[in-house]
Amino acid sequence: MTEQMTGAQALVRALEHVGVDTVFGIPGGAVLPAYDPLYDSVKVRHVLVRHEQGAGHAAEGYAQATGKVGVCMATSGPGATNLVTPIADAYMDSVPIVAITGQVASQLIGTDAFQEADISGITMPITKHNFLVTEAADIPRTIAEAFHIASTGRPGPVLVDIAKDALQDMMEFSWPPVMQLPGYRPVTRPHSKQIREAAKLMIEAKRPVLYVGGGVHRAGASAELIELAELTGIPVVTTLMARGTFPDSHPQHMGMPGMHGSVSAVGALQRSDLLIALGTRFDDRVTGQLSSFAPHAKVIHADIDPAEISKNRHADVPIVGDCREVIGDLVTTMRNEHNEGRRGDYSEWWKLLNDYKKTYPLGYEEFADGSLAPQYVMERLSAIVGPDAFYVAGVGQHQMWAAQFIGYENPGSFINSGGAGTMGFAVPAAMGAKMGRPDATVWAVDGDGCFQMTNQELATCAIEGVPVKIALINNGNLGMVRQWQTLFYEQRYSNTDLQRVKRIPDFVKLAEAYGCVGLRCERPEDVDATIRKAMEINDVPVVIDFVVHQDAMVWPMVAAGTSNDDIKYARDMAPKWESEE
Amino acid sequence: MSRHTLSVLVENKPGVLARVAALFSRRGFNIDSLAVGPTEHHDISRMTIVVNVEDLPLEQVTKQLNKLVNVLKIVELDNVQSVQRELMLIKVRTDSESRSHVLELVNLFRARCVDVAPDAVTIEVTGTTDKLAAFVKVLEPYGIKELVQSGMVAVGRGARSITDRSLRALDRIA
Repeated sequence: MTEQMTGAQALVRALEHVGVDTVFGIPGGAVLPAYDPLYDSVKVRHVLVRHEQGAGHAAEGYAQATGKVGVCMATSGPGATNLVTPIADAYMDSVPIVAITGQVASQLIGTDAFQEADISGITMPITKHNFLVTEAADIPRTIAEAFHIASTGRPGPVLVDIAKDALQDMMEFSWPPVMQLPGYRPVTRPHSKQIREAAKLMIEAKRPVLYVGGGVHRAGASAELIELAELTGIPVVTTLMARGTFPDSHPQHMGMPGMHGSVSAVGALQRSDLLIALGTRFDDRVTGQLSSFAPHAKVIHADIDPAEISKNRHADVPIVGDCREVIGDLVTTMRNEHNEGRRGDYSEWWKLLNDYKKTYPLGYEEFADGSLAPQYVMERLSAIVGPDAFYVAGVGQHQMWAAQFIGYENPGSFINSGGAGTMGFAVPAAMGAKMGRPDATVWAVDGDGCFQMTNQELATCAIEGVPVKIALINNGNLGMVRQWQTLFYEQRYSNTDLQRVKRIPDFVKLAEAYGCVGLRCERPEDVDATIRKAMEINDVPVVIDFVVHQDAMVWPMVAAGTSNDDIKYARDMAPKWESEE
Repeated sequence: MSRHTLSVLVENKPGVLARVAALFSRRGFNIDSLAVGPTEHHDISRMTIVVNVEDLPLEQVTKQLNKLVNVLKIVELDNVQSVQRELMLIKVRTDSESRSHVLELVNLFRARCVDVAPDAVTIEVTGTTDKLAAFVKVLEPYGIKELVQSGMVAVGRGARSITDRSLRALDRIA
């Protein structure tokens, strides 16, 4: 059965067919034809944001909170280029989003027409794939392909750029279309020989570590991971992108590795003789100086993207496959090995690791003048709000404190910009998460620098009825940059002071101007009451301006480019590794 | 560093060459030579790419290329197990005295003279990279006015074809 309709109607119909319920975007000249039938759709809700970057991050937040594909829409030229940052962000963190952009009419393409930008050319290196559609008839198939590519294999952003005349022309609509992707065949089933080889190494190892990345959550393999860890007794570290994939409260959890990881997690990796790397990519923020990273370890590396395996660190046992299948197969194989009486002995390893955990817990300094420590805010937030909420962070010090001091028990409960490090991520991403999961409590943890990049989306939240809560960690500075200036640039604070003259803006008034509730908290004794008050407000967004001390620093820290062995847990304080002997 | 010849089968669609070229530049790999053209199947184009990299980066570039949705298949062609050819057109300065010497070299290299002018000849020559380099060297003393060269094209020896399986994949969707 086919039906005559315009390309724009076909676009909306296709979006309905692939299950889209929310689109974040802003209309404009070239994409206008699509907005007309969208106005009539009862299945697709379009959320009018205030800046296209907000639409992109909202789509990311939506995708990460729901596991579905997030969708954002913009017009040609500047509308499309404003999506570039969130697209790059989604590419780095493997977030499934589809960006739909209007393009000037096909006969104008290449003429430098008004609001023309070569967005498919621009986004080529930051999308999993992109399309330029110039024929109305190609729209349904392209949408089906875009959603298929975004959500399967290693997830990622896909851009569909549609010329205005393709939206306006008549076409014959039928569903489902036949996809034409002969070159797209992601491998999800791991090779059984590699699984057996991995199991053998896991049994022989004395000091194994499960090095868990965001791919395990993307694969929905948290339950399998817990099963594997408990079955084998192997310790677990969860990277920034994997926080919550393995419960923080679990005794086998060693913490987060990396530049601001816990001493126990970093120490476990450095002293390991076998890394079981699952859905992770040996990012420089985890490995530090690559040549001295986990120097004694063999590596089992499982990832759905073959290009990640042996990219940075040689894998002794490469496993290409979906982490859920890989971990499931490892559980089965290890169980068989145990039944045959073959089991690893990690008791000596645990003695050492428990010692690290006990000797070097996460900590922070309180300030003698009674001012607020940002880490304390995180601890109280975690205690009062609990692990069932979503926490959405921006980028910088507050992000690291949120990763360290909030306890995560559920996979996907920490949403942040990891690979790209996009300041301004939190507010729109929290909005998207809350729209995807309206039943859940969503807290954005943001810095005052980040917040000022995208806080215009508070207007969207207030008008669309999206009661997110924002814990603004306001130290008046670009805090992470300031920290580096403190440590590596002789306290020369070049252009990091955001409130040089006085506190501008007044964030409480700003929140109120956007139709939100604004609260301020400057003293430790007021933290609990302020958080509780925010928890009671569920009809409008709430912004809490936590005014914190500007000298608070993120510890532990491995200075960029140095060895993980040189981790400091406070300024000039290095752990003693010798305790292993 | 060592030279590797990659045969890349791609969908014959707009922008595919840009995707491949952009990937090489973004990942920091230098292309020594690139040739693109149609194949026996109108939906498939074939790129022959010569890169100068170590084995490990080669593995990475191959994997990254494989991730491009429009890339169907990548085969590395071994120098010995394949036939490799480049085409060169050279315009050499000649006068009545030197012309016969140049034409003698043309015969020795099994090249062809494709244009003659009173003060120059244009020569067409095909062969491996080494043969073309040797030919250029012997012509240099006469004065090379202009030189243009194609990228290398290569095909595996024997009866097997690298396009067969990719064709079947395409036929399935057709």
